[in-house]
Formats: sequence, C-alpha cells, structure tokens
Amino acid sequence: MTSLAMTPAEVRVAAQELMDDYGERIDSNRLEEWLDLFAEDCSYRIMSRENVEQNLPVPLMMCTSKNQLRDRIVALRRANEYNLHYDRHVIGAPRIRPTDTADLWTVEASYAVFQTTLEGQPRLFSVGRYTDKLRVEGGTLLICEKLVVVDSFSIPTLLATPL
Amino acid sequence: MDDPRTIPNHGDAPPVHWRRNDYSRIPYWLYHDPQIYAQEQERIFKGPTWSMVGLEAEIPNPGDFRTTFLGDTPIIVDRAADGSIYAMVNRCAHHGALVRREPRGNAREHICIYHRWCYGLDGKLKGLPFRRGLKGKGGMGPDFDMADHGLPQLRCESYAGVIFASFSAETEPLADYLGPIFRSHFDRIFHKKIRILGYQRQRIAGNWKLYLENTRDTYHGTLLHEFHTTFGLSRITQTGGVTMDQRHRHNLIWSKIGTDDQAQYDAVYKEVRDDSLRLLDPRVVEVKPEFDDGISLAICAIFPNATVHQIGNSLATRQVRTMGPGEFELYWTLFGYEDDSQEMTDHRVLQANLVGPAGLISMEDGEAIEITQRATVAEMDDCSVIEMGGGGKITSLDHRVTDIPVRGLWSYYAELMGIEPEGAER
Ligand SMILES: [Fe+2]
Repeated sequence: MTSLAMTPAEVRVAAQELMDDYGERIDSNRLEEWLDLFAEDCSYRIMSRENVEQNLPVPLMMCTSKNQLRDRIVALRRANEYNLHYDRHVIGAPRIRPTDTADLWTVEASYAVFQTTLEGQPRLFSVGRYTDKLRVEGGTLLICEKLVVVDSFSIPTLLATPL
Repeated sequence: MDDPRTIPNHGDAPPVHWRRNDYSRIPYWLYHDPQIYAQEQERIFKGPTWSMVGLEAEIPNPGDFRTTFLGDTPIIVDRAADGSIYAMVNRCAHHGALVRREPRGNAREHICIYHRWCYGLDGKLKGLPFRRGLKGKGGMGPDFDMADHGLPQLRCESYAGVIFASFSAETEPLADYLGPIFRSHFDRIFHKKIRILGYQRQRIAGNWKLYLENTRDTYHGTLLHEFHTTFGLSRITQTGGVTMDQRHRHNLIWSKIGTDDQAQYDAVYKEVRDDSLRLLDPRVVEVKPEFDDGISLAICAIFPNATVHQIGNSLATRQVRTMGPGEFELYWTLFGYEDDSQEMTDHRVLQANLVGPAGLISMEDGEAIEITQRATVAEMDDCSVIEMGGGGKITSLDHRVTDIPVRGLWSYYAELMGIEPEGAER
C-alpha cells in the first residue's frame, strides 16, 4: 500500500480531477460511471442547511452503503418519474486537508447546480457546499464519505438526480 | 405581477360553470385565477377553518417561537411564560413590518427592528420608544391606547400536540372540526411523546389545490409512484380504503402491507410493471411493526393545509404554504417518538429517503402537479374528469380504486367559497 501512497501535491491534483469527474459524470448523465468514484464502504448524504444548523438528522437523500447508492440510481432509471432536465455543475476550487488517518483526506468545495429544461430554460437549482472524505486506494482517490449541505433547501419541484 | 401576494381582492370571482353537480368536472381556470385565489384567502384560510401551524414539540420551552404561514399571512407561534401557546400575525401594528424574521428561536418578547415596538409573547404591545415624546415634545397622542395595537391574535388550539390556528370566531372547536374519525387517527399517530427529526421543504410551481387533490387521490398512488408498487410498500391489491368525515373535507387513505399475494399483484400490474427490479439493500423499505392495527400506510389530510403521514416507519406532517395561484411550499416535519431506540431513530432517518422532494415514493408528485399547472393554463375553459369510482354520491370506501375523495374535497371547497352548483352533492 505504501508504495501507492500519494504526496500532498499528488493528492491536490487527484482531488481536483475527482471533482471534475464528479460533476462531468452527473452532467453528462453517466450516473453508473459516477458510482465508480465511490469506495465500496461509502456513504452519501444530502442535508438541508436548516437541519444541520439545528443538529437534526433528517436528510434529503441518504445512502449509508454503496448498494443503497446503486439502488438510488436504478430507481432513478427505472422506477421514478421526475422533471426532465439537463444538469450543470459549477464546482469551486477544492480545499484539501489531511486527517489523522494516513491516506484519508478532507476535501471541501462550494457548488452551484443549474438545471435546464429540454426546452432550453435554465434555472439555478441548488447551491451549497461539499464536505468529502477521500481515500487513497490502489493509487487513486475514491470518495468514502460525501456530505452535501444545501443552502437552497426549499427544493424547486423535486430532487431526483444526485447533487 | 411577479408577487401574487400583492394582488388585491377585487370582490367575488366570476360564477363557476360546474357542468355537473357532483364535482366530477373541475374547470381548469380555478387553478389559475387571481380573483379565485384572493377569495380563497378570505373565505378558506381566513374563514371558518383550522390550519396546522406547527407541533407543540417544536416549542417545548417558554419563549420558544417559530414563524410560519397561514395561507399568505406570516404568523408567529410561541409559548408564553405560563406554558400556553399563542398564534399571532407576524406584522408590526405600527408600520406593517415583519416583526420576527428568523424561522425559530427563544425570546422574552418580539421587537420590530424598524421603530423598536415591543410585543409580549402573548402579542400584546408592551412598549414603544418616545411614546411620551422627548423633553415634552412629540410622542403619541393622548388617546393612543396600547391595548388597541397588539399583533393581531388568532385563535389557537392543539389536538394531540398538533397546533392549529384560525382567524374566524365562527370556526367550531378544533376537536369538533377534526371529528371522531380524525381525532382517533391523531390519537393513534401521536399516542406518545414525539421527537422532531428534521425538516424537508419543496417549492412546487402549481396551484395549492392540486396538492390537496393529490393527497386525496388514491388512484395515482400506486401508478405514478412505481417505487411504491414495485417494492410492495403500497399496492392497490392490499387491504385498504378511504375514509372521509361527514362533510368530506378531511380524508384518510390507509392500507396494510402483506395482505395481498404475489399472484394477485402479478395479475393486476403485469402490464404496467417491470418486475425485474430488486433492491440490493432493502433496508429502506423494511417496515418494522409498531401499530397493532397492522396499518402500514396512512395519509391523513386535514382541510385546508395539513397532512399527517405514516409511510412504513416514516412519520411526518406536511404543511401547505400558499404563494399565489401558481406556487406553494410544502413543509415536511419528520418525527419519531421520544422513547425510540437509536436503531429505530436511524431507521426512521433512513426512511426519510422515501418522502419529501427527493422521496423515492413522493418525488413524482412535484412533477405531476407542475405538468398539470403548465398544461391547463392554455385551456382555462376545459375541465378535468373525476369519475373513477363513479359519479353521484360522495362516500367512504373499503378500496382505493377511486377518486371520490377528490370530489368530496371540491364539494366542501365550493360550499366555503359560496360557489356550489344547483343541487350540489355534499
Ligand atoms: Fe402522490
């Protein structure tokens, strides 16, 4: 494992690339490939800023295992109906910090997601901040914890596609 | 006009051509008309109804307050020093400014930032700067009476810890308004102390009545919400039904999981369902038994703005906040019980995935309402066809292949609005 460890400079580059992949795979509707960015023991949570401030546990979306995340995507593809749209992520420069655990990094970034209808009408859909735990595994970075805190928590229409 | 709340009331809306007297035809313009909307605010939200404004568990301590809406009107709900609960209009009696701008907090009084008028937790005006002027000059006139200038009070009553408010002196007591069927459902859901687990909010670009119809429409439940059916949380083949109060203003949809078999299900849904779907991690749909009656799904709609739901182990209230003819906010308050184990709390939190704007079995409603609002705007003279379960008499049923409760809703709505057709079904 140690031979595959990354230097802080390498992590910086890899984390930026991971963020780029993250937004691009959602925006180009490659959600099955988006799943590949997560570790097998991952968790994924979208929380409203108002619940976080009040220390309340209710999420907007929460997957406590990678299989739950896979189920979300399968449901989205085959069971759920939602507003037909294109997504566009704008993710700010990530802020990267080491943790007490070797090979585990905290990465934060602000984001904005615009939704555009299939008729070409855009709207600002969501704005908030990511707080991620990224782990070096086999020479690459994977998301083992993703927390999306949504400032715009009065969700327009509905929230189907992950943020 | 961007903010529909600024639309003045120009008096009564034009007459409604209902086509049928049993509300099986609903003219689309009723979802769009600003005059109808203004009349709804006066006759429904300020009329003889009780609107849900919160839960007692949200303001447990003296001084706790929350701001909310009753129809379009901003409201403060708080708990006074003696423990009693007050609801008042959140608008300064001096110059009309919003007094409380925060969504929640704890305070000894409510002070308007504009000219610092100060109100007690009971809404009474306690003081104002320079009331007696300065060095003998200025100040309020000699006939200014503090008692006349409090925050306008609403009637406020709770049942089973759910707080309701009413603008009208004519509204019957809350317990009578709920009636025996809905009191007993509240007693069932709120049978012990609850704990707030969090909130979800959703802005839907549609008329508020479309949501009231939606919560009474059992026909769509198992068709639109495929996740529901596919994973067995609610299927129309299960034992279930719809129950209304005598005046058909409130409605309870209920069903029991595990009361149908696979053969029945296959026969009914084989043409509309993809049965190859399996959850890799089915914990999210697991129903841990907690009510003796075996009911696993109960959607209880209280006219005009409240819903209380039990979906598996997800428990919540939903409040409709009107924002003009074409928009409303849906405000979900999810809760469990104070004596829940950590495991049960975690399970309820996981099942938050089922409900709200990202709910695996509820997200579709936002879209269904918006596409209805969008497509009906150009067809204002046309109408919907509400005939599932037949027309005519409006009754409770022991099945869910019906939209009779939707006709019930309209019958009470029309009565309150003073727009009933000749010989109307009630
Ligand atoms: Fe629905």
